[in-house]
Amino acid sequence: MTAIAMPAPDRDVLARRREILSALQAIVPGEGVIHDEREMRAYETDALTAYRQLPLIVVLPETVDQVSRVLRYCYDNDVKVVPRGAGTSLSGGALPLEDGVLLSMMKFNQVLDIDYPNRAVVVQPGVTNLGITRAVEGEGFYYAPDPSSQIACSIGGNIAENSGGVHCLKYGLTTNNVLGLEMVLITGEVIRLGGKHLDSEGYDFLALMTGSEGLLGVVTEVTVRILQKPETARALLIGFPASEDGGRCVAEIIAAGIIPGGMEMMDRLAIHAAEDFVHAGYPLDVEALLIVELDGPEEEVDYLIGRVEEIARANEASHVRISASEEERMTFWAGRKAAFPAVGRISPDYLCMDGTIPRRELPKVLAGMRDLGEKHGLRVANVFHAGDGNLHPLILYDANKPGELEAAEAFGADILRLCVEVGGVLTGEHGVGIEKRDLMTEMFSEDDLKQQQRVKCAFDDKHLLNPGKVFPLLHRCAELGKMHVHKGQLPFPDIPRF
Amino acid sequence: MDATFKPQDTRQVEDAVKWAAAEEQPLEIVGHGSKRKLGRPVQAAHVLDLSDLTGVESYEPAELVLTVKAGTAIAEVEKLVGDNGQELSFEPMDYGPLLGEEPGRGTLGGVLAANLSGPRRIKAGAARDHVLGMEAVSGRGEIFNSGGKVVKNVTGYDLPRALCGSFGTLAVATTVTLKVNPKPETSATFLLAGLKEADAIDALCRAMGSSAEVSGAAHLPGGIDGEVGKTVLRLEGFETSVDYRFKSLEKLLAEFGAPARLAEAESGKLWRNIRDVVPFAGAHTPVWRVSVAPASGPMLVERLKAAFDMRAFFDWSGGLVWLSCDDGEIHEVEIRAALEETGGGHATLVRADPSVRSTVPVFQPQPGSLAALSRRLKEQFDAKGILNAGRMVAGV
Repeated sequence: MTAIAMPAPDRDVLARRREILSALQAIVPGEGVIHDEREMRAYETDALTAYRQLPLIVVLPETVDQVSRVLRYCYDNDVKVVPRGAGTSLSGGALPLEDGVLLSMMKFNQVLDIDYPNRAVVVQPGVTNLGITRAVEGEGFYYAPDPSSQIACSIGGNIAENSGGVHCLKYGLTTNNVLGLEMVLITGEVIRLGGKHLDSEGYDFLALMTGSEGLLGVVTEVTVRILQKPETARALLIGFPASEDGGRCVAEIIAAGIIPGGMEMMDRLAIHAAEDFVHAGYPLDVEALLIVELDGPEEEVDYLIGRVEEIARANEASHVRISASEEERMTFWAGRKAAFPAVGRISPDYLCMDGTIPRRELPKVLAGMRDLGEKHGLRVANVFHAGDGNLHPLILYDANKPGELEAAEAFGADILRLCVEVGGVLTGEHGVGIEKRDLMTEMFSEDDLKQQQRVKCAFDDKHLLNPGKVFPLLHRCAELGKMHVHKGQLPFPDIPRF
Repeated sequence: MDATFKPQDTRQVEDAVKWAAAEEQPLEIVGHGSKRKLGRPVQAAHVLDLSDLTGVESYEPAELVLTVKAGTAIAEVEKLVGDNGQELSFEPMDYGPLLGEEPGRGTLGGVLAANLSGPRRIKAGAARDHVLGMEAVSGRGEIFNSGGKVVKNVTGYDLPRALCGSFGTLAVATTVTLKVNPKPETSATFLLAGLKEADAIDALCRAMGSSAEVSGAAHLPGGIDGEVGKTVLRLEGFETSVDYRFKSLEKLLAEFGAPARLAEAESGKLWRNIRDVVPFAGAHTPVWRVSVAPASGPMLVERLKAAFDMRAFFDWSGGLVWLSCDDGEIHEVEIRAALEETGGGHATLVRADPSVRSTVPVFQPQPGSLAALSRRLKEQFDAKGILNAGRMVAGV
């Protein structure tokens, strides 16, 4: 374990493990409760593998009633709960707690209802993101948000993280594509939000749940919007001698009123790593490579390809290739999609960061990253959702060299501070989890964080759901409730009154 | 002593709310007051008037991001982005015509508080889908920021989005960051005449399920806007693309008859009228706004027509039903029961006298656990219940 500390385990809960185990076994029979250390190893980490922790007990419920009873038991007995989907979080959102029950939702794996007239699909939370598309693609439909882990990640996890993907500039994040949820509160109460209709009135709990990283409730059913697949898609592969030219090209594409289906950029190190790995035919004499994908009706795509090419040439592009076939389009993408493993080939380990910046700050941030790299003595490769300013710097390090993981983490933290400094945010799509938890104060004031915690207190007053994630410090809810106002402090003469 | 506070900046909003919280004096939060007739009448002696909190903080069209003070007129915001070839793609409706108010008024803060949208909702999302960040003052008098000023951000709970539609009962928004989008080059409407309701909604749903990228799908039965019923689909984008998609809809919907094509100007007028519920303007009959699964719209209306004298038309591919009770009665029980029987949704009473709106549940009543969660959230943000007291639910 490294720098990030988790809350001290509750000794009393650890001592009651046997009693808790038998209570959970009474709710979820048979193999639905795992307590053998060897079997629990499968759950000790997520995709942020630098952190590992065995849970107290693993529970895999199969029905909403079981979820409700497990949560109610934990609530009544002050036992912490860490909900988990497929365990693909890049920020440690599903890292177990020593004194917490790990609640795996992966037995909830059924597609419940496919409703084409209403363009809605109802699924259980353990269905994979791609599984939704697979269920409807026969009729030409798909589910738009496409995180790169879509083959493995669950839709319940997508709700928890508000997952994006390369197409979200045009088609939105998870939050823009979810219509309804069924969820269970820590008290065991089952709540339904939304449905196949739009914009339920009352407070928008759907918005709060999406991206809440498992801190507010456990999702047991999800209704999403599906879309008909675009008629066609074509891509341009554009190389620039300077990254500034690439950045300007992106801005001008958007200024021309074009919202591409995908717009990805890679820097020199990432281009070389990807090309060496998959031989996608990327130019190697460029500083920045841009993939622009246009999707939609054929005539529109043909027209826009021409417009984007003009803009690229006007911005000093040294290489422009346009996909002439579906095969060629896939080749353009192959390198980008393999960028992470490609970087994994040139370095024993890497840390993937996820800040978002205003796009105009790209040259400054790239230069800043180079300086930071020298300071920390590490290299960084950049892949970048160019349309929405979401950066994925990959910091290369070797975990076997003493001090390198710590250096990589410090480098990553400096990059995120830089993102905040230029007006951006800590995380665009990977979530805060444990990884960026201690950086929250870089972006938010104490009063900002207090309001976030008030949301938590409305849902989970005992802080039992996924504690230690997202927020650096936890006031008790009762303490937070105190009002610090002085009665009778009047009359605020500065305010114009009429 | 009744007071109107007219803060000039966020600090003064904070002062006013702090005072109100300390004295337990409820405040009515207003911008232009254009939506005062929406929701339940607020029980407050004092007014917090945000109409001086105006101005653009930053706008960079190439970033697709706009930050403005919450009291800025929505008309001004739309003009600003329009002058830069962009738009608020959620197409916020103007309640003025329906509620007998002057059209074109209202502030951006008000649009978000009511989570307004228009016909393009089905393609582009509602106001809440375009909110990226917010500075606000909680009912406890604490200034806070949430969200960010970039289009992709998952840092912390999505409070800015969640505060949309809360009718000013949790916090007072002072500055808002929005995502803006390019304005389409042109638009056209595909019009089928004389379809029966069930066929019309079938045609709309089929078009929505195609790759024609429809950005408006409405059905105006005969008697709503002219004698003959109109089933309309809006196409927006680059000209070549609009023409191409028009042809593809012609093929797809051939069995419903030959379409007429409304060009940009006429099309724009039609969709503004649908957006602002102009067919029911200028009258005083009770009007309900019902959100259902699109395909259930006609069934709901059929049931209600059998029960009382009413007219209705459909937006959102059938999923948004505007319903006028022409006998002057409210029919709350019938409408909510029929809604339940046709798959559920939300029915909101949007036009009625204040005396009615303070007794009939204006918003869809929530089941016990959800209502309790709403009360807990209110209590967390506004412990003394001073912000727009009673606007959504009695006592909250």
